[in-house]
Amino acid sequence: MTYIPISPSEREAMLKTIGVKKIEDLFDSIPSGHRFPQLDLPAALTEIEAAGELEELALGNETVRELISFLGAGAYNHYTPSVVDHILRRGEFYTAYTPYQPEVSQGTLQTIFEYQSLVANLTGMEVSNASHYDGATAVAETVNMAYAQFRGKRTKVVLSPTVHPQYRQTLRTYVQGMSLELAGDDPNADLDTGPERLEALIDENTALVIVQYPDFFGRIYDYTRLIEAAHARGTLVCVAVNPTALALFRAPGQMGADIVVGEGQPLGIPLSFGGPYLGFFATRKQYIHKMAGRVVGETVDSRGQRAYVLTLTAREQHIKRERATSNICTNQGLIALAAAIYLSVLGQTGLRQVAELCYHKAHYAAAELSKIPGFGLCFAEPYFHEFALCCPRPVEEINAHLLEHSILGGYDLGQDYPSLKDHMLIAVTEMNTKQEIDMLVEVLKEASYE
Amino acid sequence: MNIPSNLKYSKTDEWFDPATGAMGLTDYAQGQLSDIVFVEILVEAGDQLEAGMPVASVESVKAAAESYAIVGGTVAAVNEGLSDSPETLNSDPYGASWIIKIEGGDASGLMDAGAYIKYCEERDH
Amino acid sequence: MSDQDRKRTPEMPAPKVVEPTIFDLSAPGRTGVTFPPPDVPTAPLPEALLRADLPLPELAEVDVVRHYMRLSKFNYSIDGGFYPLGSCTMKYNPKINEDMARLPGFAHAHPLQPFETVQGSLALMYQLQEWLKEIAGFAAVTLQPAAGAHGELTGVLIMRAYHGSRGDTKRVKMLIPDSAHGTNPASSGVVGLEILQIPSDERGNVDLPALKAACDDTVVGLMLTNPNTLGLFDENVEEVIKIVHDCGGLVYGDGANLNALLGIVRPGDLGIDVMHFNLHKTFATPHGGGGPGSGPVGVAEHLVDFLPTPLIGVVEEGEGEMPPLFGYFTPAKTIGRLKAFHGHFGMLVRAYTYIAMHGPDGLRAIAENAVLNANYLQTLLRDTYHVPYERICMHEFVAEGRIEGSDVRALDIAKRLMDYDFHPPTNYFPLIVHEALMIEPTETENKGTLDAFAEALIQIAAEARDQPELLHEAPHTTPFGRMDEVKAARELVLCCWLPEDYKEKG
Repeated sequence: MTYIPISPSEREAMLKTIGVKKIEDLFDSIPSGHRFPQLDLPAALTEIEAAGELEELALGNETVRELISFLGAGAYNHYTPSVVDHILRRGEFYTAYTPYQPEVSQGTLQTIFEYQSLVANLTGMEVSNASHYDGATAVAETVNMAYAQFRGKRTKVVLSPTVHPQYRQTLRTYVQGMSLELAGDDPNADLDTGPERLEALIDENTALVIVQYPDFFGRIYDYTRLIEAAHARGTLVCVAVNPTALALFRAPGQMGADIVVGEGQPLGIPLSFGGPYLGFFATRKQYIHKMAGRVVGETVDSRGQRAYVLTLTAREQHIKRERATSNICTNQGLIALAAAIYLSVLGQTGLRQVAELCYHKAHYAAAELSKIPGFGLCFAEPYFHEFALCCPRPVEEINAHLLEHSILGGYDLGQDYPSLKDHMLIAVTEMNTKQEIDMLVEVLKEASYE
Repeated sequence: MNIPSNLKYSKTDEWFDPATGAMGLTDYAQGQLSDIVFVEILVEAGDQLEAGMPVASVESVKAAAESYAIVGGTVAAVNEGLSDSPETLNSDPYGASWIIKIEGGDASGLMDAGAYIKYCEERDH
Repeated sequence: MSDQDRKRTPEMPAPKVVEPTIFDLSAPGRTGVTFPPPDVPTAPLPEALLRADLPLPELAEVDVVRHYMRLSKFNYSIDGGFYPLGSCTMKYNPKINEDMARLPGFAHAHPLQPFETVQGSLALMYQLQEWLKEIAGFAAVTLQPAAGAHGELTGVLIMRAYHGSRGDTKRVKMLIPDSAHGTNPASSGVVGLEILQIPSDERGNVDLPALKAACDDTVVGLMLTNPNTLGLFDENVEEVIKIVHDCGGLVYGDGANLNALLGIVRPGDLGIDVMHFNLHKTFATPHGGGGPGSGPVGVAEHLVDFLPTPLIGVVEEGEGEMPPLFGYFTPAKTIGRLKAFHGHFGMLVRAYTYIAMHGPDGLRAIAENAVLNANYLQTLLRDTYHVPYERICMHEFVAEGRIEGSDVRALDIAKRLMDYDFHPPTNYFPLIVHEALMIEPTETENKGTLDAFAEALIQIAAEARDQPELLHEAPHTTPFGRMDEVKAARELVLCCWLPEDYKEKG
């Protein structure tokens, strides 16, 4: 099937206007030896056939709809209100380009401005960019930002080992061309001690400290003291957050954080096997010139109307070129819109309800699970909707057993932390009913006695 | 275009005042950049400079540029207030918006006002 | 008091609010979507860690729907009309792709599920890797990069790692032609490489003597956009690649303009070592008002080991009725991970559907008709707007937006096009053409649309001579006029908040 709307007679007329006989004549500048290769691809499908094939493939997955899921670790199963996708599917939003022509892009520009405002309010920060690829890349970009802020004169970054393992891996990929010292990121570190362990690592050469909130194990710490210690040495602090948790817990902005980033997927974005998700990126106004990505600002148009434009564009890659802090261009525009709709329609009441449901259900699950002989909570700190559970047997074995009962077990922490062998990270959200939690407990009870 | 005769000029559109050691962006440069919204001075007092080293980064509504040390020498002073009022680079290019002062600079290789006017005219064609 | 209020002097009238923000529309106590009470016993909350105030707006669902509906009407879109943005490939986005990406089996799969439970997703990704390899002539493809620029970063890191693995550490320079995409210098710059710009010759090709002079043992490689941003296929491409290879460098292909090459030539066959694809350009996944994109990267045999982790591969071959079992693989010398999880899967589903529905002949027809449309428009316009390179173009071309005897600029022409209900072309890029108007019609426009667009541009040229102020003040018919960009950048109002007396209103 094709989406080309040119009829054969139109094509003839167009070729004649151009002054060539046939379409192939337009390709004379292509090296003749390689021109018009025969591509070894399956023959074209019509829409009905393609739909059939894709439906078949989709049925090859068992998802969190068929399975009872306690899997989180950076991607969470939340309820997305119907209204989110209805608005996203407006062609005016999803088939528009980056709003480089503000006179005909105010829909996109105002929604991004509102998104920036929602992110700033949620994180307790002053400014936000128009979005980043995902939580991992947003964390990685904060290193470039801090490095640029100190003009390359500070070359050390303190990275907490309890930041998401894939975020830390991404960060390492990003900085491999820079001569940076990464301190603190030791998976063998004592994971039981809190942020105070990082304080000792901060010195006058430290550009940035990166921590996560809740951390990868779901724990909630007050980072105020750590941030004060960093600021005493002139060091910036980045806090990577779960946005749902911010409906309940103190915003990092209130603790003094300089940069707050995170994964926006919990804000109404489908799991979609890992993407596209939403990196959010907020900071204080004084650092905005070193922040990556597009920014929308308020202004007026020639008719005296309030309007919005992409602003401070000279920071960006297409103008600043090799001196830009980041090369990001395309971002997550439509996903940012989804998050804005989600936050608007839930509002302060709905989002707080979601966060509390997550909290209470996770605490119920933790209480019940730790009653099972051989199982127990690893950490004593307050936590949000995820917790590390010590298991009497290898996690892989337990998860295989759970899967037989259509339960998707937690993330195997031993993969990333040798000291947490036989530890599972359990996530509970508003999607998990009490009955599901009880079932998990029942099946694990069996597992412990087998 | 305002090109004072007491100053010296570079091909990268900086001016230098041999009397005070101050340097900044010329009227021609600010006109090309249009509305300047951000300036970051990249050096500190006491830094040793070689001619041609970047000393400031400037961003306007539409463009980004670097400003280079017009002569070698020691940074004697930095215009600390400039980053709070980058628009003075447009409104007062030879006055309030000096960027740094350089000590021990040798201005002998630089253009005088006449040569610089000619240089600007050439580029406008 | 907001920043804006503080800066507004009493004599300036407050701007007229066309659509209030979601914060302006909020009313205390109003609720939208709410959730049931907990079905478990509640646990005590850690008081010391709680936030006192959650300053988010409060609206009913109907308020939210009407707000975003009104905003959507201020947007120009592909679904609404012709969008000839050069180098952006704004083609029609098939509706079926949207439905496929939202199939529950895809939309609700968690990225960290055991691989046995997500064989549908993995099969799709594996097949897409294979198809992209075949389409562009590469030995392997990663689907992980999130967008074109992210793909460039991936490619540049791979090039660096390749030289590093051979102990060839003095290579620090990236060569970038002046006709390359604007992102290329930044992609090399963020990795810490030096940039050396290579000029174009009088036919718009890479200047060979300049390239030869730049090539030595400090060169990491060349980032080649081909067709370049002038819409021209480099007539010496094989020699360009050979010169770079002869000095030990690698050639990066910027695949943003791949729409011109589908079924026409495979970049890998020409000797390109590494290239990114833009699924949101060539393979019709929607731009979403700025994203998400998807930027898979293909590499030749000698770079396969450096690809990011993980790749999708076959764990166990299929047998008879049994399909193969797919899983994750880590390349031996991988540069690492570029983002969390496996890439923009939702975009991969759309691109898969698009390729499946086109097949080899359909893909070639895309490129042929994209090139036909661009040449047709170029022919209609070249008598009115100077086209600096007299050649058959590929999928796009660049004209100069200046009119003899008028002071109007490309920007004025672009803005005036909106009054004719067309989206303007890309302007002021590439930088090597004065007052550039970069026009890419794509294959999904018919002759009537192209004729109407050309007619509008010819009419505008006449207006530029007779009534230039009409252009200087354009657009006139859009809901918004030209913007005060200086005010935006100087005053920096980047967020709005609930009013200070918000709670008292309730």
